[in-house]
Amino acid sequence: MKVVVGIDLGSTTTKAVLLDEHGEIVGRGITNSRSNYAAASAVARDEALTSTRFSLLSRQLDSVSGNLGLDARGTLEALNHAFRLELYLEELGALQDRVNVLCASLPANEHKAPLTEASREILNDMRVHAPDLFGPGSQRKSDFFRDIAGAQFIAGAERAAVDQRVAFERLVGLFDRAILDIETRVPEREFSILLPRAVDIVRPGDGGSDPLRQALMTAALAAAGETIEEVAFVGTGYGRQTLPFPKECVRSEILCHGRGAHRVFPGTRTVLDIGGQDTKAIQVDNHGVVTSFQMNDRCAAGCGRYLGYIADELNLGLHELGPLALRAQKIVRVNSTCTVFAGAELRERLALGQRREDILAGLHKAILLRAMSLLARSGGIDNEFTFTGGVCKNPMATKLLQELVIENYGNGIQLNAHADSIYMGALGAAMFGLDDVNAGRGGMLPTFAIKKGYLADDARAPCAG
Amino acid sequence: MSTAIPIRTRAPAQKSPALQKDASQERQKQMIARHFEKLANAPESRDKVCYTFVPGNLTELIGSFDMLPVLPEINALQSGMRQRSGGYIAEAEKAGHSEDVCTYVKCDLGMMKSGNISPTGTRLPKPDLLLLSYTGCFTFLKWFEILREEYGCPVVMLHVPYQEGGHITPEMRRYVVDQLEREVIPAMEKITGKRFDEEKLRENLRLSAQAEDDLVAVWESAKHKPSPIDGYFGGVYYIGPIFSSFRGTQDAVDYYRELRAETEARIRRGEGPMTPDGVVSEQRYRLVVEGPPNWTSFNDFWHMFSREGAVVVASTYTRVGGLYDTGFRHDHQHPLETLADYCMGCYTNLNLPGRVSLLEKYVKDYEADGFLINSVKSCNSFSAGQLLMLRQLEQRTGVPGGFIESDLVDPRYFSRSNIDNRLQSYFQMLDARKSRTA
Repeated sequence: MKVVVGIDLGSTTTKAVLLDEHGEIVGRGITNSRSNYAAASAVARDEALTSTRFSLLSRQLDSVSGNLGLDARGTLEALNHAFRLELYLEELGALQDRVNVLCASLPANEHKAPLTEASREILNDMRVHAPDLFGPGSQRKSDFFRDIAGAQFIAGAERAAVDQRVAFERLVGLFDRAILDIETRVPEREFSILLPRAVDIVRPGDGGSDPLRQALMTAALAAAGETIEEVAFVGTGYGRQTLPFPKECVRSEILCHGRGAHRVFPGTRTVLDIGGQDTKAIQVDNHGVVTSFQMNDRCAAGCGRYLGYIADELNLGLHELGPLALRAQKIVRVNSTCTVFAGAELRERLALGQRREDILAGLHKAILLRAMSLLARSGGIDNEFTFTGGVCKNPMATKLLQELVIENYGNGIQLNAHADSIYMGALGAAMFGLDDVNAGRGGMLPTFAIKKGYLADDARAPCAG
Repeated sequence: MSTAIPIRTRAPAQKSPALQKDASQERQKQMIARHFEKLANAPESRDKVCYTFVPGNLTELIGSFDMLPVLPEINALQSGMRQRSGGYIAEAEKAGHSEDVCTYVKCDLGMMKSGNISPTGTRLPKPDLLLLSYTGCFTFLKWFEILREEYGCPVVMLHVPYQEGGHITPEMRRYVVDQLEREVIPAMEKITGKRFDEEKLRENLRLSAQAEDDLVAVWESAKHKPSPIDGYFGGVYYIGPIFSSFRGTQDAVDYYRELRAETEARIRRGEGPMTPDGVVSEQRYRLVVEGPPNWTSFNDFWHMFSREGAVVVASTYTRVGGLYDTGFRHDHQHPLETLADYCMGCYTNLNLPGRVSLLEKYVKDYEADGFLINSVKSCNSFSAGQLLMLRQLEQRTGVPGGFIESDLVDPRYFSRSNIDNRLQSYFQMLDARKSRTA
């Protein structure tokens, strides 16, 4: 299978979308952008390749499900859970190794032994309880290893601190140092090993007497064995200049978001993208070509990062803000969308006795009002109107946007917001990649340099084309 | 399936190379150096010094009284280009001027507070007269009020009617001439102790018109493909003499003759202008630009255009001190009337429909692929209404507009990544639209 890869390197998350030669989406991946953009794009791409493998596996399962009376969808989900658990345990192992190294390098004093012992206990406990996180119906606050492992480790550190054995801050400091190294790793995923292992978990046995297990194993090996050839790369997003791609393989995220949104919702004429660092109002024509755009100026006031700070301030997960704000009884008027002042404004309101939900609703509204102004500057809202970027996953943001659109532009505007709208930029980038291939510019490929384990500057090699 | 990540060696961050200078640029540099020397020696030579602004400047009249002009805006922008404006602005803010005040003003005040050393390193003399000959910018009024307090010298104000109706009426002209006769000229006579010499003014105006002819030829050379000039980044060098102290002098005549000859030679060679990326003869985008440039990152800003093969074929900022390419010339036969027309005709004194029409004319006459607005925080005279202009221009020309935001001389308001992002998006948008049309 030949694929083109679009990578959207955002300030908060990095997304990758894979298209096949016919332009069909065959894989998607997302990761947190962390401090190492190169690692983030590599991980997002690996996640997209993983999802492509599961697309292939899904096709395999579909083809055999009739004969075996198999619930293909349920089986695929179970295999995915098992696969995710395997990856999590692998990363947990790497984290354990790194923590051990850090502990060993500590100066010999009264903290060394308790810190080493407590961290080992926490990580062992995490390993034991890992299956609970990936079982059917399990709820995770995030799919990123940093977030899942971080939450588990902090909970363990709190318990250890209660026993007075070791200071909470020391344990968390240890985790913070270790995770930085773990995040820059790009471990090789051997699907020919990992997928059969997932089958082993879902359908244990020796195989000979179990036709279902045999069929699953055959499907897993077929999906793992298919060659996936990446024939073009296009990068976009806030950090696109740092992508290890040739200049010709880098596109503006404004064009990519416009095009991606138009592909998913072909009636789109106006796009609002609220990302971590930028807000963009984009107008597109009936081909998805950008005709006009406006974006926020030099500061990130009113962008996704603002909500990130608010979440930190309230000790909440980013995804919890919207549902909480939906419970507001009234919307508090918030004046500042300045990220720097956000915390101060929040504390001031809380000190005045206002409800957390009502303040949060006000903070959301402040962001959306700013976005509405940007939209007006870009030429207004035309039907259809598509909302993209990380903030579109926030239900309060979508609700308020809908209200503001009706208030300012009437009832004739269709608002499109999709759970996968966060991938629009990467999708647009991949579409540009497909254009390149169709125009015979697919040779403009970066050279791949393989360096297992930690990414380092000396892994860089010149690009072809 | 490998999990290799695509890697390329990144070219080391390139510093914009210094521009190779043409002979005319060297000439201009020497002219400026001589002028600042004269200013530094003014206390000894007892030459009288007149501070004034670029829009509506009455350089021929000032020259006819042998006064030396000082242009605070030019000093501010020069300080910006020499990376000194940030410190000067901080100095002015320390003295109590708000962050929202025009940064030209604060840069000038900060420079004054720091010893009034000019951008060339010489000391600037105190003004004997503050000549406010353009009132379209409200900030100018306040600026000179502050300087009047600081220096204890008189302000003479020429109230310049706005072209609200889109043209200059005989009554408007008479109104300005009356002020020249009753206020401005008597004030100059009083300061210098000299009588107004109309013949000398006529001679200066004759020289102005000669230089203006050559400047217009340089502007219009951009109609060639490739354009031999950059009418914005290069253009700000070209307007240096005629917008500042040299209009109405033989120096200016010589400078523009040389500049025109250089431009015509480039046309013959089929060559583009010198830019931070060398001579750009392969021009992918022909642009019209509205609004002043950013001065603190001037070369960096230019580089964002030149490295993409974008050349500016016409700009409105380079018309802020005179709109010669719509036909105006200083007319020695009607010396005061022509000064009145000049003051009222500067770009920021045009009403919004007039500005849109001018931009439309530029887009069409110069066959531009796009137009771009650089909206600066400091200058409401320029920035107010620009988005409205953008929409109207898009409708009238069918050519896509772009919008970026920065500032004149406050380095805090230049966000490199944000501007670069918008520019790249804009250029790629032009490409996408072109390929769709094709």
